[in-house]
Amino acid sequence: MMESFVFYLFGAAAVLGGAMCILQRSPVASALWLMSTMFSLAAIYVLLGAEVIGAFQVLVYVGAVLVLFLFVVMLLNLGQRSDDLRGPSGIAAALVIAGLLAIELTVLWRYTPRRLAAEVTQAGVTDVAAAFPAGQMMQRAAAHNVVQSIAEPMFRTYLVPFEITSVLLLAALVGAVVLAKRRI
Amino acid sequence: MESVKFLGPSLGLSAILFTLGVAGVLLRRNAIVLFMCIELMLNAVNLTFVALAQVHGVAGWLMVFFVMTVAAAEAAVGLAIILALFRHRQSVDLANVNLLQG
Repeated sequence: MMESFVFYLFGAAAVLGGAMCILQRSPVASALWLMSTMFSLAAIYVLLGAEVIGAFQVLVYVGAVLVLFLFVVMLLNLGQRSDDLRGPSGIAAALVIAGLLAIELTVLWRYTPRRLAAEVTQAGVTDVAAAFPAGQMMQRAAAHNVVQSIAEPMFRTYLVPFEITSVLLLAALVGAVVLAKRRI
Repeated sequence: MESVKFLGPSLGLSAILFTLGVAGVLLRRNAIVLFMCIELMLNAVNLTFVALAQVHGVAGWLMVFFVMTVAAAEAAVGLAIILALFRHRQSVDLANVNLLQG
């Protein structure tokens, strides 16, 4: 009961932050509202049992990405502008597409683990633990030792994507320097 | 059943956040705010991964790590492009960026 109250509280905070982020005229206000969304999402990750992801959310997104955004906004010295929203055709397109996407809410909101298990196994199995043994294993491993339960698949199964990620970061680093520097 | 919590509400919340991000990309003309909306969409996808990791195992968490890395790289390169754009046009309004429009 308490848990679900906290979930809906942070969920409402996340939605409010996202809505204010796209409606605020000033880019700095947008960035700060987005920051509140990301903090709320970190809290929701902790509620969902992913404390590590919550910590990384705060460190990487709030601590690095959004600070970078704020740096650039203040470097460019952007003021508030009245014509920042697109014209009527843009607003109509946004409303139509957002409305279409919002329809999927009604489907997704009623999703239960039992129904997911029944759909995936296609045999009417409604026992979640039998349908998804990986999830149960992860629960036990996470309760035991979080670092090991993450590091083992990361450096065994997903070793190649991990290495590609490091090359991607290097490429982004060099690319950002080349783009932002006046003369090389 | 106790180990899987808030599956439906999490998926619904992530759909709301993704919708807000798409609406922001379509509504705003400021390039920096547009990038923030893209980050909002990536966050919504991360929430889906974390919610489904409860049933599908730890691979969902690893996907979140990869998404965060790509988002950080994308933000760095994108903001560098915006800086270069601002130097040429003195504005970050996307309506002024029409060189390829023909």
